[in-house]
Amino acid sequence: MSLRATILKEIETVAANQKKTLPPLTDGLALNDSGLDSLCFAILVARLEDITGRDPLSEAQGGQFPRTIGEFVALYEEARV
Amino acid sequence: MSEWRNLISCIQEGRSRCRVVATRDYVLALDEFEHASSLGPDLTRLRGRSVVLSVRDMAKVAAALIDLDGCARRILLAPPGWDSRRLEAAASDAEADVLVHDVEGASTLTSVELAVACRLPLQPMSSPRIANLETEWILPTSGTTGAPKLVRHTLRTLMGAIGDAPLQQWATFYDIRRYGGLQIFLRALSGRGSLILGAEGESLSSLLARFGDAKITHISGTPTHWRKVLISGEGLRIDPEYVRLSGEIADEGVLAALHALYPRARIEHAYASTEAGVAFVVDDGKAGFPASWAERDGVVQMKIVDGTLHVRSNRSARGFLGEGALALTDDEGFVDTGDMVERRGDRYYFAGRRGGIINVGGSKVHPEEVETALNANAIVRASRVFARTSPITGALVYADVVLRDGFLPDAASEGEILGACRASLPAYMVPAGLRFVADLPMTDGGKLARHG
Repeated sequence: MSLRATILKEIETVAANQKKTLPPLTDGLALNDSGLDSLCFAILVARLEDITGRDPLSEAQGGQFPRTIGEFVALYEEARV
Repeated sequence: MSEWRNLISCIQEGRSRCRVVATRDYVLALDEFEHASSLGPDLTRLRGRSVVLSVRDMAKVAAALIDLDGCARRILLAPPGWDSRRLEAAASDAEADVLVHDVEGASTLTSVELAVACRLPLQPMSSPRIANLETEWILPTSGTTGAPKLVRHTLRTLMGAIGDAPLQQWATFYDIRRYGGLQIFLRALSGRGSLILGAEGESLSSLLARFGDAKITHISGTPTHWRKVLISGEGLRIDPEYVRLSGEIADEGVLAALHALYPRARIEHAYASTEAGVAFVVDDGKAGFPASWAERDGVVQMKIVDGTLHVRSNRSARGFLGEGALALTDDEGFVDTGDMVERRGDRYYFAGRRGGIINVGGSKVHPEEVETALNANAIVRASRVFARTSPITGALVYADVVLRDGFLPDAASEGEILGACRASLPAYMVPAGLRFVADLPMTDGGKLARHG
């Protein structure tokens, strides 16, 4: 499975567990409009670290926080393992 | 002239026609409190009473606090989401005789004589307001395994860290029923400006848009609130002069990102707790605090005992309320904050909570409470809850679980255990993940080993 597909699947899993309804996941969708709250993002980021070995948000000290699904995926694609 | 101020006198001193406390749904004009109230035309029936304030809407919480301070003997500020069992127990400890609520037809408490609805808009009062008592403010804080501790403050201790405020237009992401939010509520009311608050279920976009429209100048939230703003990409809807972080450990990442977003703003992180009060504010843009502060003399004194921060000041609570309540301070008047610090070079850095309390985005989780819920599951033999660091919420709850014989460490077991947790615990307390293990480490004393 591609990294992108993994991330999208995990977003759906977390949303289902937390009983959140997701809009269609397009690259342009703002994370803020995704229906996921901070707790959902925290869980998502932890699960992605377990699956991919990547933790770009912890390493981005003072750097850019992603704003859209596309930027979020790109951050993981660029991150070192 | 009394030696303390109450909220009404704070409002009168900072008088201006256009001061408001506003949420999405209500705008409270502060000068209207001169002749109107949220608790009906006759406030005398609340005089000298011990009141449980269990109100959902934050504008109503604000109005009821203004109406009750100086009038009631005691206000118990019930947090959102308390069930009737917790409310009953706290009302009994507070010897409450009045319930103030905003849900029509809500079941009242068995112990109270009188239930009063809090309503907006304000209604004219039939007689002038008398506010001359020094009201006790009771703030519940999470205690071990379920029973909240009731912390006793007065407006004097709560406002000890609040100095003269020029024209500041405040906003906060906090709920004002929590200590961090209450500080901002009191700061705004004792100043000359307004306060903009969130509403239940309001989106961050809507909130930031309202903050921007109100041209707020001063704003506070937890590091988790601020990370959410950074992720939203909508942070530039506001242009603050002052940004305050509190309630969780502020790391250099979030401080640097906020500085980049708001280059002209003064960015500070405050250290405070419901019990100890506001201890200090760090304004040099770095995480932690200068080690020399632990030795300085002044309004707030600190000492580090076995790696844990202890604080003494006149902003600390007066004590705990209720039968069998523990002492708040040691013999020298210091409050043990339970927050551990580590010295690196000339600074102290916060290193989490002693006793394993996990801070998930500003909400404190007692591992024992989660373990009790896990262990109630028929397929769980034993469990141990631990914290995992998160770049979003600071920490997340995780658990090691030993299954009963015959159950497999698979996704089905995990789903069953977590599903049961989701039904019985608030979302932030539910483990974000489980590790199935064969056994749990014990200390020499036979207790569950919490570290390592």
